[in-house]
Amino acid sequence: MRWMWIDQVIAFEPRKRLVAVKCVSLAEEHLHQHFAAKGDLPPRPVMPSSLLLEGMAQTAGILVGSVHDFREKVVLAKVASAVFDRDILPGETVRYDATIERMDDMGASAVGVIDRFSFVDNSWAPVGRVELMFSHLDQNRAGTEFPEENFVFGENFRTLLEGAGLKRFTAR
Amino acid sequence: METMMAKSREDIEADVRDVLVDALGVDEDDVVPTATLKGDLGAESIDYLDIVFRLEKKFSLPEKPFKIAQGELFPENLMTDPSLVEGGKVTAKGIALLKTKVPHVDVSEFEKNPEISKLPNHFTVKSLCDFTQRKLSA
Repeated sequence: MRWMWIDQVIAFEPRKRLVAVKCVSLAEEHLHQHFAAKGDLPPRPVMPSSLLLEGMAQTAGILVGSVHDFREKVVLAKVASAVFDRDILPGETVRYDATIERMDDMGASAVGVIDRFSFVDNSWAPVGRVELMFSHLDQNRAGTEFPEENFVFGENFRTLLEGAGLKRFTAR
Repeated sequence: METMMAKSREDIEADVRDVLVDALGVDEDDVVPTATLKGDLGAESIDYLDIVFRLEKKFSLPEKPFKIAQGELFPENLMTDPSLVEGGKVTAKGIALLKTKVPHVDVSEFEKNPEISKLPNHFTVKSLCDFTQRKLSA
């Protein structure tokens, strides 16, 4: 099973921007521990910020990878900043909006804006903002050899991306 | 018309300080001219690319983009050539090349014991300011 934290790609502007959504479900077991009831406190299931960051990194990483048609091994190298102002609850939808700031042979920087939709409020609300750096692994070896095979964007992952709807935007 | 005027050294130093505070998460007071990026400010490999991107963004104007080529600021690709590095030390040819290609780095101390691994210790805040000032006036 692939560690996949986006459900669907909803917008794609090649080399510039990619937007994806994730629907948060109480069927995700980790939410039962984050946070479980304790003493008199009721349970408070919220999506962990670390996984919001992962979802944003996947959205931006796919965007960066798509620039070279997924030939480069794109890895998250740095979280330059991450600010989250609001919890995300089961039943809500997260929107990851990633934009490439700068890019060269060595890697790329991207900015991600996170919003959420609540059916209770029937509205979108801002959740947070992150700045990420991605490295093109083969351009930054520093003497380290990596496998030829692209273990970042393998066949399985590309199939998953098709399932997430990326092909709608790339099919000619 | 402020953007048309050349930036003063003071402005450049302030802008470089902002870049380093954002890129490295360091305290403004720690960004002094003699501070080394690696030793004093804790820069790691990906931070150098982050610094390059942030400098480009900070100093680019619509009419004059500030584009830093690979190896122009940090000589990472120069030093993979075996004729320039021998047994972990930069050769005389390598030192000469550093002086030409990265004049913003003061190699006078480095050349006394030119171990390649020690080269990043000679990249200071002043190196970045010198580089930026020279490139802006080019």
